[in-house]
Amino acid sequence: MTPTLSLNGTAHIGATRIFGPLSMMAPAGAWTCLLGPSGVGKSTILRLFAGLDEGITFDGDYGASDGGPLMPRVAMMAQDDLLLPWLDVMGNVTLGARMRGERPDHTRARDILARVGLADHAAKPPSALSGGQRQRAALARTLMEDRPIVLLDEPFSALDAQTRARMQRLAGEVLRERTVLHITHDAAEAARLGDQILLMSRDRIDAIAPPEGTSPRAPDAEETLRFEAQLMRRLMADA
Amino acid sequence: MRTIGRSLALIAFFLLLWEGLVIVAGLPRFILPPPSLVAQTLWFSRSLIAEHALITGAEVLIGLVLGAALGFFFAILLATSRTARAILRPALVFSQTVPVFALAPILTLWLGYGLWSKVAMALLIIFFPVTSAFYDALMRTPEGWIGLARVMGANRGRILWHVRIPAALPGFASGLRLATVYAPIGAIIGEWVGASRGLGYLMLLANGRAKIDLMFAALIVLAILTLLLHAAVDRFGRWLSQGRI
Ligand SMILES: Nc1ncnc2c1ncn2[C@@H]1O[C@H](COP(=O)(O)OP(=O)(O)OP(=O)(O)O)[C@@H](O)[C@H]1O
Ligand SMILES: [Mg+2]
Repeated sequence: MTPTLSLNGTAHIGATRIFGPLSMMAPAGAWTCLLGPSGVGKSTILRLFAGLDEGITFDGDYGASDGGPLMPRVAMMAQDDLLLPWLDVMGNVTLGARMRGERPDHTRARDILARVGLADHAAKPPSALSGGQRQRAALARTLMEDRPIVLLDEPFSALDAQTRARMQRLAGEVLRERTVLHITHDAAEAARLGDQILLMSRDRIDAIAPPEGTSPRAPDAEETLRFEAQLMRRLMADA
Repeated sequence: MRTIGRSLALIAFFLLLWEGLVIVAGLPRFILPPPSLVAQTLWFSRSLIAEHALITGAEVLIGLVLGAALGFFFAILLATSRTARAILRPALVFSQTVPVFALAPILTLWLGYGLWSKVAMALLIIFFPVTSAFYDALMRTPEGWIGLARVMGANRGRILWHVRIPAALPGFASGLRLATVYAPIGAIIGEWVGASRGLGYLMLLANGRAKIDLMFAALIVLAILTLLLHAAVDRFGRWLSQGRI
């Protein structure tokens, strides 16, 4: 079962209040986009859901709706690609299996690498990749993890427009039916992918009704573009 | 290639200067032998020198391998166990205040005049820098990598094996590289304190018999030995650090 994620409370790092009190929800099996100004605490929310809460004091509660533990059900793509420089791309993409002492599924890894357009780069070290290629390697590593909850922190920020559109569709397909929480600064991306769109500020998170149609939507559909414009206006007004 | 050429030219210039100085100043050969004489001695006593060099080389090499291995495991123990840290780190810091060279007489007393007291000297000289450099590196693993591994479901052992150790190998290599130059000195001092074989013993013997040319010849062989060792360890370190920095 894919769980719903929810969070309700206030986060501090040291003595500094980062955000809250506020509450949010990422519904089961849906793609939730989280937007908000830089430094507002989006990555902090992701770290909480990933179980990487060192240094964060959270007053309130957060977790999966079924009350089960989060950590073993989560896959996360952080803002940094976090590729291990001593492993080649294939080694990085199959890292999860090795971390759990399982046998890596190289056939599936090759398939995913082909789909992110890195088929010819499998044997290269990360240092030989461009920024966008590194980001796609990290995406491939995340897609390899077969987890019901997927946390994505600006996963497409380093990609050119065409590659970005392709990667959005790929991620949308591979992660269908999972609970996805996706941080982005890109209104067009949110318009394309979000089943739910959340706008975060220091003291609140507002949900915005998504455009019609199921995610991933066509990036050039009229409805998507209109929603993007409306979202942009909203973001500008907040700033 | 150009740097090698330049160093050779520098060495040649230095040797000429030395030879000239000895001739011009009329220094007796038991004070400063001319390089030509040292070269002759090096050639004619080659089997004698080689025999002793082999001993010193073996002492240093065994000390290096044991010291590096011990440092490797000790650093991991310190990095993984809070208890080990609490007990052993103060001891480690305290032991750093004792100059290893001052231990030579004691080691000779305990381990005898043979190979092992010198191996112990080299080992101790290697052990501390390797332990502390590798330990520091193990404690500095980037947070993000550890977080990623934990989210993937790795336990502490796998995080250590797949992330912390590989990420810290450059630290291990730099500790080893730093220590390697000093290891032969440790063995030599061990030999001065008490030995019947080895380059240090040979130098002392030659000195006692005013065979300064033989002493210089042994010294040159020691320098070459150290250089070769350093080059080998450097290569090994670079291989270890490949892609990690
Ligand atoms: N270790 C820390 N100590 C103190 N403050 C921190 C620490 N880490 C993060 N912060 C603060 O927490 C706040 C939230 O950081 P976070 O990374 O969650 O922001 P974000 O919304 O993801 O921003 P961006 O869009 O730029 O990635 C920031 O203001 C940051 O300065
Ligand atoms: Mg962030």
